[in-house]
Amino acid sequence: MTLLAVDELRVRVATEVQPLQIVDGVSYAVGEGRIFGIAGESGSGKTVSVLALMGLLPHGATVTGSARFEGNDLVSMPPARLREVCGREIGLVFQDPLTSFHPMLSVGRQLTEHVRHHYGTSRADARGRAVALLEEVRIPDPETALERYPHEFSGGMRQRIAIAGALMCEPRLLIADEPTTALDVTVQAGILRLIDRLRRDRSLSVILITHDLGVMSALADDLAIFYGGRIVEDGPAEELLASPRHPYTRALLEALPHPETARGAPLHGIPGAPAQPGSLPSGCVFHPRCAYAIEACSTEVPELRRIGERGLACPVDPFAP
Amino acid sequence: MSALEIRDLEVAYERRGRGPVRAVVDASLSLGHGEIVGLVGESGCGKSTLARAAVGLIGPTAGTIVFEGRELRALDRGARSREAARLQMVFQNPYASLNPRRRVGRQIADALAILGLAGRDERPRRTRELLERVGLPASAASRFPHEFSGGQRQRIAIARALAADPSVVVLDEPLSSLDASAQAQIANLLVDLSHNSGLGLLLISHDLGIVHQVADRVCVMYLGEIVEEGATDEVWARPLHPYTEALIQAIPHPDGQRFMPEALPGEVPDPARPPTGCRFHPRCPLAFDRCTEEHPTLEPVVEGRAAACWLAAERAVKSSAGTAPRAAEG
Amino acid sequence: MSSAPIAIPEEAAVRRRRAKGLLSQPLAVVGLVIAVGWLLVASFAPLIAPYDPLAQDFALTQAPSSEHLFGTDELGRDVLSRVIYGSRLSLPLAILLVALATALGSLLGAMAGYFRSWVDPVVMRTTDLVFAFPAIILAMVVTASLGPNIRNAVLAIVIVAWPSYARVVRGLVLSIGDTEFVHASRLLGSSSRRTLLHDVLPNLAGPVVVLATLDLANAILLLAGLSFLGLGAQPPDPEWGSMVAVGTQYFQYWWMGTFPGLAIFSAVLAFNFLGDSLRDRLDPRGVSRSKHQGVA
Repeated sequence: MTLLAVDELRVRVATEVQPLQIVDGVSYAVGEGRIFGIAGESGSGKTVSVLALMGLLPHGATVTGSARFEGNDLVSMPPARLREVCGREIGLVFQDPLTSFHPMLSVGRQLTEHVRHHYGTSRADARGRAVALLEEVRIPDPETALERYPHEFSGGMRQRIAIAGALMCEPRLLIADEPTTALDVTVQAGILRLIDRLRRDRSLSVILITHDLGVMSALADDLAIFYGGRIVEDGPAEELLASPRHPYTRALLEALPHPETARGAPLHGIPGAPAQPGSLPSGCVFHPRCAYAIEACSTEVPELRRIGERGLACPVDPFAP
Repeated sequence: MSALEIRDLEVAYERRGRGPVRAVVDASLSLGHGEIVGLVGESGCGKSTLARAAVGLIGPTAGTIVFEGRELRALDRGARSREAARLQMVFQNPYASLNPRRRVGRQIADALAILGLAGRDERPRRTRELLERVGLPASAASRFPHEFSGGQRQRIAIARALAADPSVVVLDEPLSSLDASAQAQIANLLVDLSHNSGLGLLLISHDLGIVHQVADRVCVMYLGEIVEEGATDEVWARPLHPYTEALIQAIPHPDGQRFMPEALPGEVPDPARPPTGCRFHPRCPLAFDRCTEEHPTLEPVVEGRAAACWLAAERAVKSSAGTAPRAAEG
Repeated sequence: MSSAPIAIPEEAAVRRRRAKGLLSQPLAVVGLVIAVGWLLVASFAPLIAPYDPLAQDFALTQAPSSEHLFGTDELGRDVLSRVIYGSRLSLPLAILLVALATALGSLLGAMAGYFRSWVDPVVMRTTDLVFAFPAIILAMVVTASLGPNIRNAVLAIVIVAWPSYARVVRGLVLSIGDTEFVHASRLLGSSSRRTLLHDVLPNLAGPVVVLATLDLANAILLLAGLSFLGLGAQPPDPEWGSMVAVGTQYFQYWWMGTFPGLAIFSAVLAFNFLGDSLRDRLDPRGVSRSKHQGVA
């Protein structure tokens, strides 16, 4: 069952210099109870595409396409209704747990305010739910925790509290944008396990945005690789990561250090820098950095072709099995 | 003679009203010419403090830094001598480590001018050479830092450090602000500098993957102490200290095998009030009585390897990696 | 990393504005035109002014007419000429005053922030002492005790103004002094003093220039204020502030106070506009937006 179906999503931002096409025709589907991974580097449009769904972009941004969530299109929804739907049905967790919280309000106050606003829950009930959620995310001594302030917790704990906060309204979808990037590796492992467990216990759907393919490998069921505002490859995560077919995905994986590679051997970086909106190459966005590019790659924008369960936007397909 | 030796280093600072905090305790390590030593650890372990003390930006509370056989004093009002300036540093943030108002070429030429390493006429040529050494075109010299990407700025910072003709360069998280591709390129540059130019590099990083790829030896820090040390391949394959093992098992693998990393229970304690005995014992799956009472120091266990753990000797004897840490729930 | 795409439009806009230069900001253009206008007037006063500003006439308190465009004052002097010559007093003095305060304040602040030890507490307690008094009161006290003339008024205002710069510069030096490029410079063999001069001070220029420009407006006002109170320029000097003061006593002859007042207003406005636009270009992070007591 598909919970969210995004179709031809485009985000254009007007600036004084020129309009920037930050997301350029992105389509994907998030299944119920599944973790959908959006992978990409900076400038790939991964965060903006998701913020566009929630109406969280700054003024001057134009969003076209559709995003059907439980049957309703989020893109064409009036702002007030969108806020209601998102507030109730979608939870958000960001990268930096410190700036996600108001420094002067207690944890309890911040956890309970949304559910009280959206559902009119009484303070006592909201508190009860907050305590239960803090327990679920393994915050020790939840009752006391409610009275404390965000800065009193470590980064990992704050992120757990942020996740609890995102779940207060019992959403069907949790969106996590680089949730572990700012955390140490052992703390990250704890958060990854937490998300995994929450997904299983609650049949929660998750959109996980990160540049870290190791994290994707641990959590994602389905994966889409973003580059230059487009999806260059998608499909089941395990298969995609085990045998990537798009030159960018492959290059990205090869740039990461492997335990097997001989030490001191050079790492394979991708020449150049990630494409940024406003200076996107013509044709295939990746072609200037691609070792397999042909003539056509600089003129024609490749379509995301479906090959079984996978999608590939590369006419050359150099790694076809 | 090793290029850089850190002996029993302690760096403590005062906190108003509360007691002193020992950010680095009893740390010792040595770095040879042409060698890359990785220093890894998570937040709060003191690795950055150690790095700064190693180059003299901070004065140690106890212990000494010996650079090329001579004791290094912390920076004071005066100018650093040419010999001491052969110990250089590259910082984490490529956006803050270059003066935004001066051209790149001038900043690189600075060292040449201040240290008297090149006459006025020679400096442009030398600057070009240095830029080429780090893989940048000579035209970069006339531009300003903001015109470059993070990875390129890091190269400029390295070129500037190289201008002082260093024998050792300490790099404090040089790759963390960069994207995957730039990380790979800079890592390659560092290996090149070390192997081909004979530079000793002390690479501080929280990214174990890169350190494993690039470093000849690795030191692991926890809560201000070095808890394990040895050749990278061996430490990786057979970690002696339980923390090292936990660290390795927490690294995700991008291979599509659905590997769920292991988490470590508990939190890093407040450095102002470290646990008694072994600082790691509250979170250690193998802790026993002695661990809470006696503090283990970094001792050689087998040839070329040292660990600060009462069980290290036993674990060294076992041929495979020791008991897996208790899998922590998410 | 993930917030970069949203920041791009803003950056592009600022870059675009810079690229187009001052002309893209209408307020800045207005400010520039007025400021340049006054500077020209001040420079060419003898050629522009129809009468000698000190020349008295029998036509006392005449309303504006074709002969006297701004009318005459209580001693028959042409108001227009006095306003024109007034620019020769107010503007150069304000510029001098701000320059002195900036130089003194920045130097002391930089020393306090960079060398710390005993310099820092001494400088800071002195600024505290000055801040304890409202600016105008302190200026009045200084002028009154030294003797009410324009030179002492300038001195008084410099005394009142320098601590703000010292505070701001000290703060900037402390923060810049801890940045990595300064550390790198020290490691490369630069002495403390050299680093201060080459690396720290150039990065202060932006915020300090912005503060100074905005302060010009305040300086003109304060100078006018002191003269208004009789503590600055003395008669018969055609200083705008004292002209306004006299004008309040001759309310029915509205032109006597209004035109000098408009001159003050336009000059202050011009420097404010200029300062704001300079701030956008030189100091995007808004250091100068924070609490700055300034001259006022």
